[in-house]
Amino acid sequence: MNPNIPFRDKETALKVSRSIKNEADASRTYKIMEVCGTHTMAIARSGLRSMLPANVELISGPGCPVCVTSQGEIDLFFELLNCGVSVASFGDLLRIPGSNGETLIDKRARGADVNVVYSPLDTIKLAENNLDKHYTFLGIGFETTAPAVAALIMAAKEKGLKNLSVLSFCKTMPAAFDLILSDKELHLDGFLCPGHVTAITGVQLYEPLVKAGKAAVVAGFEPVEMLDAVYEIIKQANSKDFHIVNKYRRVVPDDGNAQARAILSKVFYESDAVWRGLGELKKSGLSIREEYAEYDALKHFNLKPKNITEIKGCKCGQVLTGKIKPQDCPLFAKRCTPENPVGPCMVSGEGTCAAYYKFLR
Amino acid sequence: MEEKIVTLSIGGGGRQTSNFIKDIILKYFDNDILNNLGDASHLETSTNTAFTTDSFVIRPEFFNGGNIGKLSICGTVNDLAVSGAEPLYLSFALIVAEGYSYEKLEKIVESAAAEAKKAGVKIVCGDTKVVERGGIDGVIINTCGVGRVIKNLNDFSSLKEGDKVIVTSDIARHGMAVMLERGQFGFAGNIASDCACLNHMMKAVYHYNVKFSRDATRGGLAAVLNEIAEQSGKGFLIDEEKIPLRQEVAELCDTLGFDPLSVANEGAAVIICSSEDCEKVLAALKSVKEGERAAVIGEVTNDNKVVLNTISGGKRHIDLPPGELLPRIC
Repeated sequence: MNPNIPFRDKETALKVSRSIKNEADASRTYKIMEVCGTHTMAIARSGLRSMLPANVELISGPGCPVCVTSQGEIDLFFELLNCGVSVASFGDLLRIPGSNGETLIDKRARGADVNVVYSPLDTIKLAENNLDKHYTFLGIGFETTAPAVAALIMAAKEKGLKNLSVLSFCKTMPAAFDLILSDKELHLDGFLCPGHVTAITGVQLYEPLVKAGKAAVVAGFEPVEMLDAVYEIIKQANSKDFHIVNKYRRVVPDDGNAQARAILSKVFYESDAVWRGLGELKKSGLSIREEYAEYDALKHFNLKPKNITEIKGCKCGQVLTGKIKPQDCPLFAKRCTPENPVGPCMVSGEGTCAAYYKFLR
Repeated sequence: MEEKIVTLSIGGGGRQTSNFIKDIILKYFDNDILNNLGDASHLETSTNTAFTTDSFVIRPEFFNGGNIGKLSICGTVNDLAVSGAEPLYLSFALIVAEGYSYEKLEKIVESAAAEAKKAGVKIVCGDTKVVERGGIDGVIINTCGVGRVIKNLNDFSSLKEGDKVIVTSDIARHGMAVMLERGQFGFAGNIASDCACLNHMMKAVYHYNVKFSRDATRGGLAAVLNEIAEQSGKGFLIDEEKIPLRQEVAELCDTLGFDPLSVANEGAAVIICSSEDCEKVLAALKSVKEGERAAVIGEVTNDNKVVLNTISGGKRHIDLPPGELLPRIC
């Protein structure tokens, strides 16, 4: 039996949907931000918006790791391939265009060695089986995926592999939350907090949110779970009693995963990072420590992301901060489609624009 | 002893070619028309004739539930059958890489022959070419098919609001079976492809008011519904909870972030019929093995969109899937 089925049950979902309608004050609007690409996708795929009253608005925040990777960072993937390096990547990155419009799928068709892996650790096997090639794992992701990237680096060192490196553009959430909280144009009531990030960080990550007078509810990814979290946020907004609630206890312990955090700090140190659309955020990146320098592709190949302005007309930056909806971008569904994406919010399956394009147009 | 392999001489036109035709091709495809080994086979086509072609390049050639040989028959038989024609004759062209296992090649031909026999079609002509090592990898098959037209099931203008949409089998098995066979992403499991000939099943419903049908191969159910909507100017309202989908397939799709609606099938068709005949069509489909799991999943609308009532009570659009399914990041 699929353990997720009770969380998809129509009767329960409709019941929670009715509770939301009863709880929501019709004379005002509620703005809720989800800060996880998987939430964005799950909301769109389950048709969740159609189950909410019109005055409850879900806004997608900067939670898709592919989308916040800067153009300068993306261009380094192509630079690596041009040096003859083999790359291992999550599937999402394959459709993302470099500055010249070319994607990793295009590069692969022209003979570049591009491997899709499900887990970063799959890169070990590739490297062990092909000692004549050098493999670079394209490391993007938040707190959720970063421990697996760290584990890859540790495993490579343990095995003494000389033909493997990692390009780490992993990022962390706190600085992005600070930026959103300081934005005077955004009037948010609460956050649908990212379940899988919390599984690593623990719920204390959201203390600044409640201190700023926002609800912070950790939610799973099934329709009933997300609806229940929305209901909780509306209740908190009505009572002005803002606190952290963990609604995803079946997966997420309140204190997260200390072991994963230990691996993170063993391999990475906090560095400043450029986020697409948000600019440079202090201490929001994870760079590889000196101890593991031989596995750092930036050092190994002497690379540095260029400061590249994003493609003209692309409003991914404003979409990522919830200021506009995808359909408000002049390129949306015209020049920018999933087949020919201009900006990364359209590229990633988890991107806000892709989710809107696929399920909501 | 070293394994017997395919050499260039099999496709060279000499004695070895002749031996290969006798030992493999005629042995399995044996029938009066083919056995004549004419330059071309002469066929009786006194009625309206359907003609189609398809090429098969699937890797690996062998997968849970079938192989490239079986698939090359099913694919062409199904194209004829869903268009409204009774499949009669097929061609079978093999392109093989030098050095390919002779035993595997024989198995591929044997499966193709077994499937053709089951479907009641004759392989009436063919060709074998061997490509030098490095030119191609493995086996490529092209089949063409000729059939007797019974009714036109590709008439987009026949669709009316309220017509019912049936899917003839549970979905997404072929795509997931092949993915597992490739050993991609480190997953293992026992999901068999739905690869099957659908002509007997289709024959059971031709005499009802069936208006349109198409097999849901690459791009899955999502692609077929969108193609029909685009060409007909009509739309669909589909109920997610009514779409047949096996538990293990649903879970694997969930894990990898694939939408089962976009995953390939090789033994599932979409049938659109009048609302009045719907129950009879469904009963007829269910009486045939390939249609056992058939279900009514929705209906035709006048709104030119493909809309899904989700399993949890929401509503969303079903869009054309992207070219290649890629697993999501976290």
